[in-house]
Amino acid sequence: MKKMHIELTVNGQPMETLAEPRELLVHVLRERLGLTGTHIGCETSHCGVCTVDMNGKSVKSCTVFAAQANGATITTIEGIAGADGMHILQSSFREHHGLQCGYCTPGMITRAWRLLQENPSPTEEEVRFGMAGNLCRCTGYQNIVKAILHAASEMSAKEAAE
Amino acid sequence: MIPAAFEYHRPKAVADAISLLTQHGDDARAMAGGHSLIPMMKLRMAHIGHLVDLQDIADLKGVTIGASIRIGALTTQAELINNTALTTAAPILKEAALQIADPQIRNVGTVGGNVANGDPGNDMPGLMQCLDATYTLTGPRGSRDVRARDFYQSAYFTSRKDDELLVAITFAKPVGGYAYEKQKRKIGDYATAAAAVQIAASGGRVTAASIAMTNLSDTPVYSAAAGAALVGTACDAAAIKSAVTAMLLDINPASDNRGPVEFKRHLAGVILGRAIARAFSRA
Repeated sequence: MKKMHIELTVNGQPMETLAEPRELLVHVLRERLGLTGTHIGCETSHCGVCTVDMNGKSVKSCTVFAAQANGATITTIEGIAGADGMHILQSSFREHHGLQCGYCTPGMITRAWRLLQENPSPTEEEVRFGMAGNLCRCTGYQNIVKAILHAASEMSAKEAAE
Repeated sequence: MIPAAFEYHRPKAVADAISLLTQHGDDARAMAGGHSLIPMMKLRMAHIGHLVDLQDIADLKGVTIGASIRIGALTTQAELINNTALTTAAPILKEAALQIADPQIRNVGTVGGNVANGDPGNDMPGLMQCLDATYTLTGPRGSRDVRARDFYQSAYFTSRKDDELLVAITFAKPVGGYAYEKQKRKIGDYATAAAAVQIAASGGRVTAASIAMTNLSDTPVYSAAAGAALVGTACDAAAIKSAVTAMLLDINPASDNRGPVEFKRHLAGVILGRAIARAFSRA
């Protein structure tokens, strides 16, 4: 099948590639653009490890065709850290043991990053509801929730100080 | 899981989408958010030669609120949830949409796709039957309106022809109390049983009631008899029992991985009882 010219803005950088329309966004990110931080888990839009930010919204990149994403602005886990090191969410996950095997972590962080922009001071229940599309089979979620709540308060404190 | 190859189209107007559907016949499929269709294509259970992506068609977007409410087919579940004017006018929509799938899927999945697909597990079809919504279908012969209560024929079979697009959903602004009650095995799951209820009341008595059930038959089930059983009552235990008895005559659940028929019938009664009580308390 004929390939399509796909243009994306990924983590602030304009990128282009050729891909078949049937290729999934996660495949294009990982295999054509070399951004392997986004993982493939269930491939059935349940587990959320493939979560990326597309045009300002969290989506599951295993259920978006490359052709659909053509022209989109994407943020992946590689785009979360700043020039000065880890994002507060990333250091909070480390500090609070929000991961064990780490496989779900890119999706968790990328989703939580958007969640905290949508709702900067969530309750524990709001964190759990907002993270419902991301599965973790190691932690039992307690420390993931703690890490996100801690990051939210750190980020609010940082913003207040600025 | 990678689907079979297809030709990709992204038309900018409804007319262009319809000519693609007409040109390619049953080898073509329209796609809104794709969160039902793409998984079926990945499993190779759906074979699509020409995929018509509707995302650039501005006429399919937007919500208009007046005496009646019109929702463009491409409105996502998240847009529906975040539309405060819509939530004020018809709060049952947000209550139901928040129980669909998960945040990422609600960002992409659309109301139009949810109602047009004909999946008996989807929540919006039953809700639209409860609201007595009308679907506007546009095809090469023009547009026509079909009531949600007449639209569903059997699982995945609806009144929509292959060359028609469901472009909008319209319903009168609902009055009174509401509830969308859903039992599911885990967050994000389809309903084991769900009930959509709107109740209008005056002086402590029900003046009008509309009831529809989800995933308890091969189509959503609007139960006129269940609603009629509540009218004129004070929604007491006896009235709720009559409504549940009437509803149970209208559903026809199948045994599956969500449970045997006896369990689903029991659960349907429990869920409807809760939905009626909550809707009446808000009426």
